[in-house]
Amino acid sequence: MKLQKASSFALFAVLELAANRARQLSGVEIAEKYGISAHHLAKVLRDLGRAGIVDGARGVGGGYRLIANPKRLTLLDVIQVFEPVAAHAGATKSSKTATDAESALRMILDELDDHTVATFRSITISTMLKLMARKPWTRLARLSRSARTVVARA
Amino acid sequence: MPEMVKIDEEISGMEKRGYWKDIFVRGRGNSRSPRFLLVAEAENHIQGFIFGEIRAWEFGEPPCGWVFAIQIRPKMRLQGIGTHLFAALCDAFRHAGVTKVRTIMARDNHLVLSFFRSQGLMAGPFIELEMTFDENV
Repeated sequence: MKLQKASSFALFAVLELAANRARQLSGVEIAEKYGISAHHLAKVLRDLGRAGIVDGARGVGGGYRLIANPKRLTLLDVIQVFEPVAAHAGATKSSKTATDAESALRMILDELDDHTVATFRSITISTMLKLMARKPWTRLARLSRSARTVVARA
Repeated sequence: MPEMVKIDEEISGMEKRGYWKDIFVRGRGNSRSPRFLLVAEAENHIQGFIFGEIRAWEFGEPPCGWVFAIQIRPKMRLQGIGTHLFAALCDAFRHAGVTKVRTIMARDNHLVLSFFRSQGLMAGPFIELEMTFDENV
């Protein structure tokens, strides 16, 4: 699955603000770190502000800070500000008008949506920060490299 | 056991004495699947517990630790009791020689799902499937 740009930018910003709670960060600082458009990020931060997730202060020394509780704020809370997560939920035609193929396909898509929602809802921003600190992907990459070496030797 | 039955009833709303009794009896009698029951005590009462078991070759996988119950009294939550219990259980699993811990839970159990995610558990290699007989017969 792929997230929309705005959702990804919002998650970068929220994670950055959560990791730096002692100070305010400007949109430009965050944009530079992630190599993304400062203009687009400014719009995303405004939307996060309207959603009550961040708070922004203008002027010298201004910037954004996270006001939501990172132990409670989930990936789903952030993503849903920008896009519907369960794209198929609620879109079911009435059983009278849907064909059997449509109904069967809908059932499978709903199954996928349920998993997606459960996953995003179960991961808080604090959990993401812990995951970023642990970097399990480096171990996976090492395992994958050694598996390739074994295959090459064989 | 009675306190654990009470904690479970407080959380689930169902009294499952028979289930817990069975767990205790089986836990004492089967050394090929070592079981671990750890409890957290405060004020002379059990405030939470965790149950785990090492299962070998389930679904074709090498021996691995499974957590099949964790319960903390609601009024004692957010104090790190679950984290301590889980860490102690993982230590017991490591000491017994396994290198992986797994669990399974309802998709809509956001509280417990978030707890295990916060402890570092990620999606594993299995997909749970089920079928209701009367719909398919």
